[in-house]
Amino acid sequence: MRLSPKQSTLLVLAVLMIASPFFFPSNYYYRVGSLVFVNSIAVVGIVILTGYAGQISLGHAGFLGIGGYACALLPAHFGLPPALAVVAGAALSGAIAYVVGRPILKLKGYYLAVATLGFGVLVSMVLANEGWLTGGPDGIKVPDPGLRALLEQVGIELTNPQFWYAFCGLVLFIGAWLALNLRESPTGRALRALHGSEVAARTAGIDVAKAKLNAFVISAVYASVAGSLLALQNRLITPDVAGFMHSIELVTMAVLGGAGSVLGGIFGAALLTLLPQVLTVLQDYEHVVLGLVMMLVMIFLPAGLIPSARRLLRGRGE
Amino acid sequence: MSLLQVEGLGISFGGVTAVNDVSFGLETGKIVSVIGPNGAGKTTLFNMISGVYLPKSGRVRLDGEDVTGLRPDLLAVRGMSRTFQNLQIFHEMSVLENVIVGFHMHERGPVLADLFGLPGSRRRARAAAEGARVLLERVGLERAAEREAGALSYGALKRLEIARALAARPRVLLLDEPAAGCNAVETEEIDRLICEVAKTGVAILLVEHDMKLVMRLSDTIVVLDHGEKIAEGDPALVSRDPKVIEAYLGAGTTEALHAHG
Repeated sequence: MRLSPKQSTLLVLAVLMIASPFFFPSNYYYRVGSLVFVNSIAVVGIVILTGYAGQISLGHAGFLGIGGYACALLPAHFGLPPALAVVAGAALSGAIAYVVGRPILKLKGYYLAVATLGFGVLVSMVLANEGWLTGGPDGIKVPDPGLRALLEQVGIELTNPQFWYAFCGLVLFIGAWLALNLRESPTGRALRALHGSEVAARTAGIDVAKAKLNAFVISAVYASVAGSLLALQNRLITPDVAGFMHSIELVTMAVLGGAGSVLGGIFGAALLTLLPQVLTVLQDYEHVVLGLVMMLVMIFLPAGLIPSARRLLRGRGE
Repeated sequence: MSLLQVEGLGISFGGVTAVNDVSFGLETGKIVSVIGPNGAGKTTLFNMISGVYLPKSGRVRLDGEDVTGLRPDLLAVRGMSRTFQNLQIFHEMSVLENVIVGFHMHERGPVLADLFGLPGSRRRARAAAEGARVLLERVGLERAAEREAGALSYGALKRLEIARALAARPRVLLLDEPAAGCNAVETEEIDRLICEVAKTGVAILLVEHDMKLVMRLSDTIVVLDHGEKIAEGDPALVSRDPKVIEAYLGAGTTEALHAHG
């Protein structure tokens, strides 16, 4: 039986998620693993926006901030259970993306980049400056969602890092599945078409503005969920999450791994999350090596790691 | 009233009039060609009819409805489709997918259904893929279906664009130099294809430099010069029109004009 690209991607993902813990020497690695997953969720959103639809956002960390602070503020002020706050935060992020996206998605290329950058800066400024609500630059505490306790009641006992590894892994798996469904669907094809040629996409009857807005809203929801999961497992959220550097990091992860491919995006997220941990042995030279790796990849594998590797393998096979 | 009615269409760029007061009609199943020397305003006229440019004056009516300056995607919904002089291909997609995009209006559905891969979404996608394969066969590209579109030859890409335009099931099809850059064999294939399409009842508006092709295919020829219509009529009439010969065709092309008969 031949696996479709979607099935093989999901299979690779599942195997890596389940097999990795067998090589974890300590609980700390679960923690790093769940960080990889959280970043990957946001990056899969970027893959939809940038890889499929060809639109750039340098402000997506703003949606991580919205999702994260929703988990702190909604339970505190409205008594919403933290798990439901994830959903409410995602809905809020989607709604904000809809309102913000309508005017700014008319912009193209670097104009769009600057406009989204402005949005991200705006969100992180509000989060840092409105101390009465958000706790200011020091951040704010996030309540325990109580999901682990729920599992304990049915006899599944996990340490805290183990639980978050499993939970974030599950969410990422679902997120990847949705993104892969989208890719081969009419909506996803419309996105990839307008990436190739907007004028031809229009001629085929595609409402380009609406299609871009779809991608922007979907990717905002991914980012929001990632932000929520980050806040819930850290039990704390600070405005840094929504910061400019974080937005850049997300885009870099997607581009490095291969923005057009879900697996590529996840691989990029894993690489840029793990590499700094590994490179700490180099101490002062950590950032130099990190920068060097990124430059070399872009020079020699401009399509990103995974798509380039695929092309290489296919070339051998023929 | 014609299916497509162009009435007094005009536009200027930075004070220079590119097209001025051009009118003609196009009936179901007929082929109308627009010819003229380079810079006569043929592609500009095309872009106004297909909603890429907003005309400064005049009207475009499709089946009686005023569609002047309507967005291309809304024109597509009303049954107008086109190809491009400088190819507009989705290079990163497969040949098959390029044509499937043409089916967009027939395969689109709720975004959530697409995200969750619901049976309805998959059914729509499958139907579009089947339709696309039939069209690829019709333009003779069925064997290239799975290849990346960017890898096709120029002539094949021209036919791919026509297949994609046909996928939208247009009533009016605008072809902007479909044979430009094609060799004799490819031109003949495109010639045959255009004839077949017209026979199925599609009204075709053609901009083309290949005079043999134009003379053979057209029911009516509209001649533009410096943005103005200088002649209109059947090929025999136009090729004899002294104004056409004198003002624009020149000696070399006159031979080509008479070559068909």
